[in-house]
Amino acid sequence: MKAKGLGFYLLLLPFVLWFVLLIVLPHLQMLELSFIKRDYVAGDSVGWYQYQQFLGEPLYWRTLLRTVWMSLLATFITLLVSFPVAFFIAKVAQGKIKRLLLLSCLLPFWVSELVRTYGWMILLRESGVISQGLMALGLTEQPIEFLYNDVSMLVGLVYTSMLFMVVPLVSTLEGLDQSLIEAGYDLGGNGWNVTTSIIVPYAMPGIVSGCIMVFMLCLGNYLTPRLLGGKDSLWFTEQIFTQFITRFNWELGAAFGVILLLVSSLVVALGLKLSGQSFSRTLGR
Amino acid sequence: MLHQLRGPAKSLYQFYMVGFLVFLALPLSIVAVFSFNDSLFAALPWQGFTLDWFIGQTEPKLGILYDDGLLSSIAVSASIACFVTLFSLLLATANAWLFIRFDFPGKNWLYIGLLLPLVIPGVILGVAILVASSNLANSIENSFAWELEWLRPGFVLVVIGQVAFITTIATLVVLARLRKFDFSLEEAALNLGANSWVAFVTVVLPFLSPALIGAAMVSFLMSFENFNTTLMLVGSDAPLTIAMYDRLREGSTPVLNAVSLLLMLGSAFIALVSMLFDGKNKQD
Repeated sequence: MKAKGLGFYLLLLPFVLWFVLLIVLPHLQMLELSFIKRDYVAGDSVGWYQYQQFLGEPLYWRTLLRTVWMSLLATFITLLVSFPVAFFIAKVAQGKIKRLLLLSCLLPFWVSELVRTYGWMILLRESGVISQGLMALGLTEQPIEFLYNDVSMLVGLVYTSMLFMVVPLVSTLEGLDQSLIEAGYDLGGNGWNVTTSIIVPYAMPGIVSGCIMVFMLCLGNYLTPRLLGGKDSLWFTEQIFTQFITRFNWELGAAFGVILLLVSSLVVALGLKLSGQSFSRTLGR
Repeated sequence: MLHQLRGPAKSLYQFYMVGFLVFLALPLSIVAVFSFNDSLFAALPWQGFTLDWFIGQTEPKLGILYDDGLLSSIAVSASIACFVTLFSLLLATANAWLFIRFDFPGKNWLYIGLLLPLVIPGVILGVAILVASSNLANSIENSFAWELEWLRPGFVLVVIGQVAFITTIATLVVLARLRKFDFSLEEAALNLGANSWVAFVTVVLPFLSPALIGAAMVSFLMSFENFNTTLMLVGSDAPLTIAMYDRLREGSTPVLNAVSLLLMLGSAFIALVSMLFDGKNKQD
């Protein structure tokens, strides 16, 4: 319909209001704030002050690098763990089992992230189930602290974001024609050949959209690194929270927000570019 | 495919799937089990079965039904979620109709704009809205000397922050359904003398209703369990996730397990109902 009547503008209005007032304007104001240097004697000035502070303090940029690196690692592990599962659901399981499997993958993710993380805390901490269970079995003498290290944090991140990898993988793999796999075997391929040269290339759109979602979720995660990662595992969202809420240094916090947004957009753009996927097609399913 | 796998490879694959399901279920089942442990800590050893974490009336075993702090935070979360669901659903319906029914210059760019909140980390969205609303509140205060309390962190800001990204998700749900609508039905209604509003309400809306219910449930759950955006915008009345987080840092008691179990049951119920509607959605 090409009608440009009143109805069209009445429908355009709520969208534009939502988009401008709740998405664009707030981010522009955050950007603006990040360039302001407060000085109560000489008056406020505008400049790169906040960004210089970020670059000048190793704690800040190292935290960012660490966050990006750990998020990439978590994304990669999530892909490795989820791919066989998605393949099983899409191609191996049939009928009722298939639906049941998909449902059991979906259900945990309807439960609050806090509860999921809390579950891992009960399992992994020193007085937790695994440590006490090992002691009861006589395998160790002393309770072991499994919590508060990078491994437990990765476990939490993978667990928290798995669904966002499994679902796009299942939906792309479902379109894969069984005869392509069979042809691969007929031509003398083994399981490894068939997987790497037929199944994985075919699943690429799903892999990309899953990886983008998981990476974004890890990068922006606050709870999991905070509760499972312990004191040494600084996460960049924690830095943003600290600047805003604890230190009340909104200017620096805003600069951190801008930096995190830039980094995440860059990684998403790079992922789309490298895989030849489009933003609206991968995310606007 | 599995017929290609024989012997040990097949068993290994099935073993992996079982392992995966255990991995999925383990943390949640542990939380559920320990809500019945008669101990002050959610940890082994097992001290016996109790319902105190649900119905205990005295400290230290104050059950969730008598824990005023947690109960009021549940009420806060529920009322936030109701507002968020209402606004997101209205916006989503209008947006979906706009993108399906109209062609206009820049439509693709606006569609990308619609999807943008999917790639903005929640903490940043929260911070940005916090900055914008404080700027607005400060300039109003400076020019008119009015102090607009609702622009400061609290209930209204949490609703605004959640609407900002939940609208996108709700719109995608409604859009998916609207793409399958046969618009000749709407034309038929118009030919039969209905005006476009009547045609929308009597023909399109009933068709959309499963998706609207589904979108409402998704919005409600996403709002209820949101942490990242809420964390930055929260005022003195903490919603449930924030209240639970504060308790967790103070040192947890199994009352958190009891709340979690209730949350799981509630979410599972809503999720199952929404999947039922989603199934109906896909059938016709």
